[in-house]
Amino acid sequence: MKRQLPLIIIFVCGIFMVFQYFIPHENSEFIYEFAALDWPPIIGVFALTLGIISLVRVSATKISKRDEDWQYSIVTLLGLAAMIIAGLPWFGGQTSPAVKWQFDFIMRPIIATIFSLLSFFIASAAYRAFRARSVLASILLISAVIVMIRFMPLGPFTDIVSRTADWVLNVPNLAAKRAIIIGVGLGIISTALKVVLGVERSYLGRD
Amino acid sequence: MRKRTRPAILHSTTLVLLIALSMGWLGLGADVRAQSTTEIPESSAVAPAIAVAPPTEVRVQDAPNDHGHALTVRWKLSTDDGQGQNNILAYRILRTPKLVGPLPMDSAKSGTDLQVFSSPETIYEEAVWRLIPDQWDTLGQVPLGTSKYENRGGKQRDAKDFLPDATPFQYKVIATTAAGGMGISEASAPAQSSGQIVHTSKLQFIGIPVVIFTALVLGFISAAKRGRELYIRPLAGIGAVDEAIGRATEMNRPILYVLGLGAPDDIATIASYTILSRVAKKVAEHRTELLVPCYDAVVMSIAQETVRQAYLDAGRPDEYKEDMVYYVTQEQFAYVAAVNGTMLRRQTATNFYLGVFYAESLILAETGSLAGSIQISGTDRVTQIPFFIVACDYTLIGEELYAASAYLGREPKLLGTLKAQDWAKGMFIAFMIFGLVGAALQWNWVVSLFRMSF
Repeated sequence: MKRQLPLIIIFVCGIFMVFQYFIPHENSEFIYEFAALDWPPIIGVFALTLGIISLVRVSATKISKRDEDWQYSIVTLLGLAAMIIAGLPWFGGQTSPAVKWQFDFIMRPIIATIFSLLSFFIASAAYRAFRARSVLASILLISAVIVMIRFMPLGPFTDIVSRTADWVLNVPNLAAKRAIIIGVGLGIISTALKVVLGVERSYLGRD
Repeated sequence: MRKRTRPAILHSTTLVLLIALSMGWLGLGADVRAQSTTEIPESSAVAPAIAVAPPTEVRVQDAPNDHGHALTVRWKLSTDDGQGQNNILAYRILRTPKLVGPLPMDSAKSGTDLQVFSSPETIYEEAVWRLIPDQWDTLGQVPLGTSKYENRGGKQRDAKDFLPDATPFQYKVIATTAAGGMGISEASAPAQSSGQIVHTSKLQFIGIPVVIFTALVLGFISAAKRGRELYIRPLAGIGAVDEAIGRATEMNRPILYVLGLGAPDDIATIASYTILSRVAKKVAEHRTELLVPCYDAVVMSIAQETVRQAYLDAGRPDEYKEDMVYYVTQEQFAYVAAVNGTMLRRQTATNFYLGVFYAESLILAETGSLAGSIQISGTDRVTQIPFFIVACDYTLIGEELYAASAYLGREPKLLGTLKAQDWAKGMFIAFMIFGLVGAALQWNWVVSLFRMSF
């Protein structure tokens, strides 16, 4: 029963969602909004509490065990506490200047820094990917170069480069993307069916 | 001398209409969908107007395949639209009875000249709407050459654009010119909106294929259960899972499993749980350390249960620790920073990135690559696949992510679903070729088969 009950719930909810998709009536929409849109935030709030407890426990364990770089865990806990305290109603709530200050002068610069790493990683990944080690890698290199230089003024070659880049993007590239998207669509249906019908139940711990 | 070919419609309020239309041309009435009240009188002779041929055959019907609260108005174009005087600029759509509201429930009243509308349904917040007969709401306008208007209202009783179901409305269409001319149609027959029980278009284009696909899945599962051998082409990424776990065990370093940034109900995340379950079981058998940093607290809760159960199935429940699966943050790049830090500090031997990924995919994968980890990735996000391909050792492309659990489990039932997917893809290809040939040969009936409307 411990495993059957979740499977029954999944089956009933899954079948309902399938039928709901084909029933546009207002009452069907209402049940969908109640069941699918209202519940997740409620569950999310409780789960967030569990998440914060998990974060605190993991960080506290690192500190107490003096794990490698345990000092970072102190920063994590201090940051968590500072943001929570600054957002308490007595300090002005979520819109308090302290919360805003932490966002504007700590969070945003850090996030921007991490995001800006992407440009360097793109360069290093591109270097690795574009090494012409085989025929296919060479085709990739040539295609990439054409696409990258398509907006450059190249005198008499501008038009042909631009047209070639458009062709690369709109024909072989788009064809491959669509093939993946069709496969993904079928995979989604297949996975949903497996879960709803109880064929896939490994996540419940039964192989 | 005034030219008066349609004396019945000339009236003082026609002047108001003319001014309103002129404001429209000047851009003063920018929101063409905004409602205003217009009274269309029976007769008068105050303001001049340039006569134009009115639209004819105004028909109204309930909009199909919706939740109600929508009516579709169609008409035959004015003979001066694109021909004749060729001076039509737009069509203005009017509706009666006029809707006033929402009014509070306690203002409800009844009388000879007022009708009070309130829905017997109580699922939404109630409000009172007053229906005033013989007064017209101006709904909006559409450009010349257009012969259809979708009067799609809101379903919430307290919404400004609420359009009640089961309430008869009539429509008129006014052809207007830049010079202020107009031709007013006859009122349509009354029509009312209602919600449909079945979305026929979705049923035709999605429902039937899904039923066929479901039948294929069930058929192949049944065949697999009967012992039929199903050949599934090998996937390098799946084959490498055992090798990757073994490597981590030999190196005595942890395995990092990233479920991505997806919501718990994303199918890619669900597929990732199933792979996590199988990976966790093997990890437990090898007694290797597993780290699962989570972006979403709900995902963390599910992943904790999945890993706990996998350790139980492997016969090592005592090896499971709650802190293996832990929450980090729901801030994208803060999460990336934490995971990258874990990779570099713990020198993870193997990294799995399976689920939904966005801009962080390359940052994670490149950091793992620089740290010397063996990396297996998989996502259904087309834009992120190239990043994983260049930075990871093995990548599950699109649907392979969904197939991975079946590959790892090698259960006949699961393999049956993969076979069904292959057959469905074959059917898709056949349909595409059929459509392509039909379109190339200009077989309109073939093209119309593929025309979706929802």
